[in-house]
Amino acid sequence: MPASGDLADVEFPVARGCPFSTPAEYEQIREHSPITKVRLTNGGDAWWIAGHELGRAVLADRRFSSDRRRDNFPFVSTDPETRKQLQDQPTSMLGMDGAEHAQARRALMGEFTVRRMAGLRPRIQQIVDQHIDEMLSSEQRSADLVEALSLPVPSLVICELLGVPYADHDFFQAHSGPLVRHNTPPEVRARIQRELNTYLGALIDRKVTDPTDDLLGRQIAKQRAAGTFDRTSLVSMAFLLLIAGHETTANMISLGVVGLLQNPDQLAMIKEDPEKTPPAVEELLRYFTIADTVTARVATEDVQLGGTTINAGDGVVISGLAADHDPTVFTDPDRIDLERGARHHVAFGFGPHQCIGQTLARMELQIVFDTLFRRIPTLRLAAPLDDIPFKSDAFVYGAEKLPVAW
Amino acid sequence: MRIEANTDVCIGAGQCVLTDPTVFDQHDDGIVMLITKHPEGEAAQRAREAVELCPSGALSLIEEPGDS
Ligand code: HEM
Ligand code: SF4
Repeated sequence: MPASGDLADVEFPVARGCPFSTPAEYEQIREHSPITKVRLTNGGDAWWIAGHELGRAVLADRRFSSDRRRDNFPFVSTDPETRKQLQDQPTSMLGMDGAEHAQARRALMGEFTVRRMAGLRPRIQQIVDQHIDEMLSSEQRSADLVEALSLPVPSLVICELLGVPYADHDFFQAHSGPLVRHNTPPEVRARIQRELNTYLGALIDRKVTDPTDDLLGRQIAKQRAAGTFDRTSLVSMAFLLLIAGHETTANMISLGVVGLLQNPDQLAMIKEDPEKTPPAVEELLRYFTIADTVTARVATEDVQLGGTTINAGDGVVISGLAADHDPTVFTDPDRIDLERGARHHVAFGFGPHQCIGQTLARMELQIVFDTLFRRIPTLRLAAPLDDIPFKSDAFVYGAEKLPVAW
Repeated sequence: MRIEANTDVCIGAGQCVLTDPTVFDQHDDGIVMLITKHPEGEAAQRAREAVELCPSGALSLIEEPGDS
């Protein structure tokens, strides 16, 4: 199908514009059709779903598989390391379908209830405060926010969640940071991943002999009581939580801060009234939709979508960013408007795989934005926006560095 | 108006509880629990929103005779 003259030459991914507007190609596609065949830089092609309603429908449709090992699974990002990481990991719930997925998800769901997450709030507040204390104690009144706040906070929160003892926090942080940083050489990344897996295995062994009341401790107890203790799958689950929860949250912290600083009228609203922070977090999640193409699938049978037939085996990319900038659902979508009511965004996906960590992520972002702008009200960018290195080809969008001053 | 929750498909993302904790709660295993099946006034409005937001299709609304 000729996807409009200009589009025939476009390969995906395409970079976000100046610096975070939706790529012009997304608009071209949307105007062409909410469902279009596109070419991927990695090779092959995939259906590109650009509308909010259609996107949600496909993500909720069980005829599409999340199994990353299937032929044609569309990996849009050109970052081969992340792709390999996702393909090589023992299948985690992220890549499971149907009953198998439901079983894995249900085993973990109780760890992420709204009530349980609320219990973590005081500890998260403390972690955030400690890092802001450190920023404020520096003489130079400037910092790279990515290193000072965005990366360490979610890493320590995952420590808290999993039950990584205090004495191991430095080890854990030193190992999770390089997995997220863009410029980590592949061999270092592979070594670090091995060391982390070894560490997580040993941590689980310790918790077997010395039970603890935390996510890993409770999973171990539950599995042992049911006679289904499986060390390998617990290690890979812990690793998945780290991979899925660290970089995503870190990137949203950095981008959210940029988004708010660039929109002083919006920032003033949350400074004045902390009740505005939760809707602001939703709007920032929508606006940036950092995991744009993580939501990809493969059709397991022929499916009619609108007037188009998707054949069994075809790859489908449900572009979260396109869905969340669908002007029929979000008026003037390229504007940050924290009062628009954005909760129906798909930044956390939709359907059975919708982010299990969303309540935690929301809380982290709320605490960070509230605390940061309350304690450092004069915070500003210390570099022109155009000089900030954004990760435009990465699996999840973010900033590699964020110079700030106060 | 009545809410029904299909606990077999709930994926425990907690969107409903976040929308209105006076109508929705979660069991310890993460699965949705209805505090009331018949929310009224603003709670009814929020319950409608929760049904829209629920990612798994676990929630549905049934209009009943006598609903205005
Ligand atoms: C702002 C931060 C975050 C964003 C934008 C985000 C985004 C997403 C998205 C889009 C999905 C769906 C993937 C798909 O449909 O294939 C997902 C799934 C997932 N997320 Fe998150 N996430 C965030 C934070 C977290 C945190 C903090 C954790 C845990 C500590 C987490 C753990 C997971 C897991 C385990 C899945 C797989 C769920 C399943 O397959 O059923 N995420 N996330
Ligand atoms: S929003 Fe839906 S899937 Fe999530 S907890 Fe409520 S009923 Fe379950």
